[in-house]
Amino acid sequence: MRRTPLPPDALDETDRKLINRLQDGFPLTSHPFAGIAQEMGLEEADVLTRIANLRELGAITRFGPFIDAAAMGGAFCLCAMEVPEDRFEEVMTLVNAHAEVAHNYERVHRLNMWFVLACDRPEGIDETADRIEAETGLTVLRFPKLKEFFIGFRVTA
Amino acid sequence: MIDETDKRILSATQGGLPLVPAPFAEVAGWLGLQEDEVITRFERMMKDGIVRRIAIAPNHYALGMVANGMSVWDVDDAQAETLGEKVGALEFVSHSYLRPRAEGWPYNLFAMIHGSDRDAVEAHRGEIAAILGEACRARDILYSTRILKKTGMRFRKEG
Repeated sequence: MRRTPLPPDALDETDRKLINRLQDGFPLTSHPFAGIAQEMGLEEADVLTRIANLRELGAITRFGPFIDAAAMGGAFCLCAMEVPEDRFEEVMTLVNAHAEVAHNYERVHRLNMWFVLACDRPEGIDETADRIEAETGLTVLRFPKLKEFFIGFRVTA
Repeated sequence: MIDETDKRILSATQGGLPLVPAPFAEVAGWLGLQEDEVITRFERMMKDGIVRRIAIAPNHYALGMVANGMSVWDVDDAQAETLGEKVGALEFVSHSYLRPRAEGWPYNLFAMIHGSDRDAVEAHRGEIAAILGEACRARDILYSTRILKKTGMRFRKEG
């Protein structure tokens, strides 16, 4: 994934509007891009070309359906650990070795290691977290989501 | 829940929806289904919350939002849902969740703030504080210094 900003002129105003529009729901119709094009006063082919270009540039990471892991029978859980500075690399290696650890960040806080567990079954969360506690001798705090608020991230159009 | 055909549709579109004028017909063609059936199944899976949305995922870094911080707030439980909705609707917040508190961790509202630099993130944090007002008893922000692991969430074909 691209982690550096694109040049300011890489995207025009229409690209930015399209990025915002495509976070707001997608028509479940035979020709959905034509519907979006009509809403925005564009041609269908232009919309398709622009999305392909945004993907090519790395301005978007993905375009498609987002699946709820919980509805699929799986589970996610944000976890945090307070890792002593002199054990950080050792603990990181132990934590990252678990396939259930989807991503892991070092953060500036007493709780300095934050990772997400992604499991096929809800019981897998505690099983994995317990295993990490046993391996490291450290507590794994568990912060499952109780409620999600999602609207989407906006770019200035 | 979902059946084998749903799983095939989700698996086929995990890499993305095809960028063609009739994407559902294209997916149907890959799987030997009818376009109508693919659309109807997506409608049902969205209604049931299995598919949360069909949308793009913006790359914050590429869009100039190179700084981010995980802001955390201790918000009065009685108002947490209402205020959480307001925070989640802010344009610089990408993800916002209510989570349980823990020993030594009084915070129940998490909001990921994006900005062009650290100062912009701090300014946005002030905007959230203003929205939460007196309902907020404590707050903090955690900046990441290093990505230790990052793997894509994968949808398994075998379900």
